[in-house]
Amino acid sequence: MNDYAIDDSVDITDVVCPVTFVKAKVAIDEMEDGQILSIRMNDGEPAQNVPRSIKDEGHRILRLKDNEDGTYSLIVQKRGD
Amino acid sequence: MAFSDDQLERYSRHIILKEIGVRGQKRIGEGRVLIVGAGGLGAPAALYLAAAGVGVIGVADADAVELSNLQRQIIHSTPDVGKPKVQSAGEKMKAINPDVAVNEHHVFVNAGNVMELISGYDFVIDGTDNFSAKFLITDACVIAGKPFSYAGIIRFQGQLMTYVPGEGPCYRCVFVDPPPPDAVPTCSQAGVIGAMGGVIGSLQAMEAVKFITGAGKLLTGTMLTYDALAMKFQSVPLPKRPDCAVCGPSPSILHPFDYAARVCEGIAL
Repeated sequence: MNDYAIDDSVDITDVVCPVTFVKAKVAIDEMEDGQILSIRMNDGEPAQNVPRSIKDEGHRILRLKDNEDGTYSLIVQKRGD
Repeated sequence: MAFSDDQLERYSRHIILKEIGVRGQKRIGEGRVLIVGAGGLGAPAALYLAAAGVGVIGVADADAVELSNLQRQIIHSTPDVGKPKVQSAGEKMKAINPDVAVNEHHVFVNAGNVMELISGYDFVIDGTDNFSAKFLITDACVIAGKPFSYAGIIRFQGQLMTYVPGEGPCYRCVFVDPPPPDAVPTCSQAGVIGAMGGVIGSLQAMEAVKFITGAGKLLTGTMLTYDALAMKFQSVPLPKRPDCAVCGPSPSILHPFDYAARVCEGIAL
């Protein structure tokens, strides 16, 4: 059971750094403060870097979920500007 | 406006920046900038603003490309010699970025057309090469309440300052009137090192992008000077002139006017 409800999701497995982060950033930008986004990303470089970059922007990382297919889902709560 | 995948990729290095981000890049896309003069200063400014994705860029210049321009006016190429500068510049800008709309104003800016010309834009870049044009652009922008970037380059020196209504001095506060003819450099004194336009014109593009996005602090109330031989930048704080004829509280200049043109004035700029 999750203690959050996902408002939107974005898949960044089709792009490479830095567009991974850019695509995630654009998806977050389109949401309201406090809403929750699920970001599907590849293992490796994206899973290492994207969560850190999103944290640097001040958003809240709720969870990094292993999808067990070589991808992860990062659950992020948008913070206000 | 939503970004396409290509646009996300094209502007990724902007969007990554906290100070620009998605919102800033959207503002850039909605921005409208007029560049007066497609020469040493206007060339790099036009290239960077097109690359940045400024929605509408106007370029005003009545001249054609000459061989002697190519040493510094990097938007023009050898096959462009003889072509109107606005056309040559427009082709390069659209090649860099098809998102950008370019307005080619193939005119000499004068008292009769300047107000209408600047009215369609949010920010003006003065890339002109003579004092009469600089005073004309200043007067028009102050009267219209239009922010603009002044710059001048000669030999190994360059300078620039940004005017925003209500903030700091205008060009006329600093220089008051055009210099007497004997103080103006003659043709033989008016060389300019090619990269100087690149340095100062790029800084003008920087100011335009900062104005559009609201990032950082603009160069208002301060003249930035660059001496390439000494390799020194200096920031010179400058006050508003209380009795400035155009931006002062009781201005005597209420409409733009033309000073008589002088031969060879600042010819390299």
